Amino acid sequence: MTVKRQLVLAPWIFTIGFFAIWEIICRGFGISSFILPAPSTIMAATWEYRNQLAYHAMHTLWMTLAGFGLAVVFGLLLGVALGASRLINAGTYPLLVGFNSIPKVAVVPILVFWFGVGWVPPVMTAFLISFFPIVVNVATGISTVEPEMEDVLRALGASKRDIILKVGLPRAMPYFFGSLKVAITLAYVGSVIGEQNASNVGIGNLLTRASAAFEVPLVWAALVVLAVLGVVMYMITAFVEQSTTGWAQRSQMANA
Amino acid sequence: MRTFVDIHDVTHVYARAEDGLPAVERLNIKIQEGEFAAIVGPSGCGKSTLMKLATGLQFPKKGTVVVDGRQVGAPVKLAGMAFQNPTMLPWRTTLDNILLPLEIVEPHRSRLRRHKAEYVAKAEALLAQVGLKGQGHRFPWQLSGGMQQRASLCRALIHEPKLLMLDEPFGALDSFTREELWCVIRDLHAAQGVTVILVTHDLREAAFLADRIFCMSARPGRIVAEREVAFPRPRDLEITYTPEFSDLVHELRGHIAQARKAA
Repeated sequence: MTVKRQLVLAPWIFTIGFFAIWEIICRGFGISSFILPAPSTIMAATWEYRNQLAYHAMHTLWMTLAGFGLAVVFGLLLGVALGASRLINAGTYPLLVGFNSIPKVAVVPILVFWFGVGWVPPVMTAFLISFFPIVVNVATGISTVEPEMEDVLRALGASKRDIILKVGLPRAMPYFFGSLKVAITLAYVGSVIGEQNASNVGIGNLLTRASAAFEVPLVWAALVVLAVLGVVMYMITAFVEQSTTGWAQRSQMANA
Repeated sequence: MRTFVDIHDVTHVYARAEDGLPAVERLNIKIQEGEFAAIVGPSGCGKSTLMKLATGLQFPKKGTVVVDGRQVGAPVKLAGMAFQNPTMLPWRTTLDNILLPLEIVEPHRSRLRRHKAEYVAKAEALLAQVGLKGQGHRFPWQLSGGMQQRASLCRALIHEPKLLMLDEPFGALDSFTREELWCVIRDLHAAQGVTVILVTHDLREAAFLADRIFCMSARPGRIVAEREVAFPRPRDLEITYTPEFSDLVHELRGHIAQARKAA
């Protein structure tokens, strides 16, 4: 078997192996499904509650994508501002870091005061939790333009705007897409936290209700659905990254 | 012949300099139009400062810089630059990298879209001149270091600058490639009649290429010697093995050694 084929098969083998070992341990030690259900039990629960899970998962997906979309727009804008101006960068950094350090679950009650229970808190939580890595990465990409490159263009009379458009932004794209992979998974965490505390639908809400009713297999099924959705979204962003900034993985920038 | 670059009694201190020591002091340099000037000196002698002053990226604290008959108060816009690091943009093909200055500098900026074919032809011609015929479609990271440096020379020349600034452009190359590129530069200078300022550590490079060599002292940089090079053009690499050439390099070596001792 060629190395390339092995690399293609490896994720499947490792994933299936992981669940197989899980299954064996559950059966071998006779672990109660209340503590740790076996994958087969979780699969059965997933099938049993499929309509309910699909309905809530779609809602969560929406919340996540809406929050993520907001994070991309604001993250890019703020990142460009931070990368372009050392003054803005120095001025806002403590605020940004401080804000990012607040656990977002603590912000949800405030969102509820402001917007009530509904779709706004999950979207806002997803947005707030995922925009920080985008800002930091875009700002880094723009502010680390090689000084020689800047000299070449400035000597020709290029404005700050020219340099950001021609060099800074394209250069920041690999950083940007790299941060999207982090941001999309964070956005999931955010929307689920929001739904758990301030929504009547969504996987987060389903989790809260299922655990309150001790429906353990349903809780696990919901978690598995979340993980699968997360992997799919991650793969989509990784694919977009690969097809738009493939140059970065071959060029010197990737080694630097 | 008229004076193209006139640096008169210039002292420059960077705002960031912690010791307040000037980077260059009482600098006097006159370069004629179309002349090939080389600036040599020990490291840290302010050669790069000189480049920034001549292109209007920095303004002198004292003294005046006149380029092309005008006192420099803003980036000069008529300069092309190449550095030791080729600084090609990896997301653009080599050809698009070379066209980059045209997207910035007028009048090309507003003409570029409508006259694209004409400019592409010009870039292809330049590529052929530096020995990269038909390589424009490749990405810079698919080229070797020497090829990238050739492309970076094309980028410096595409907008037909009147002044070409070269900051140790061949410092990172092996000696065979370097000598090849000396010839490329020599031919470009002969063909385009551009005024060149070459900053270098390599005395043989300066002696082979330049009409006039300035030796600088260690920081604060001053001109300790100015030497005209009389070898007839076009010059062949063979002249670098003649006794006259060795004598010249030896003489320059003496100036630099003294400049280092004085520091």
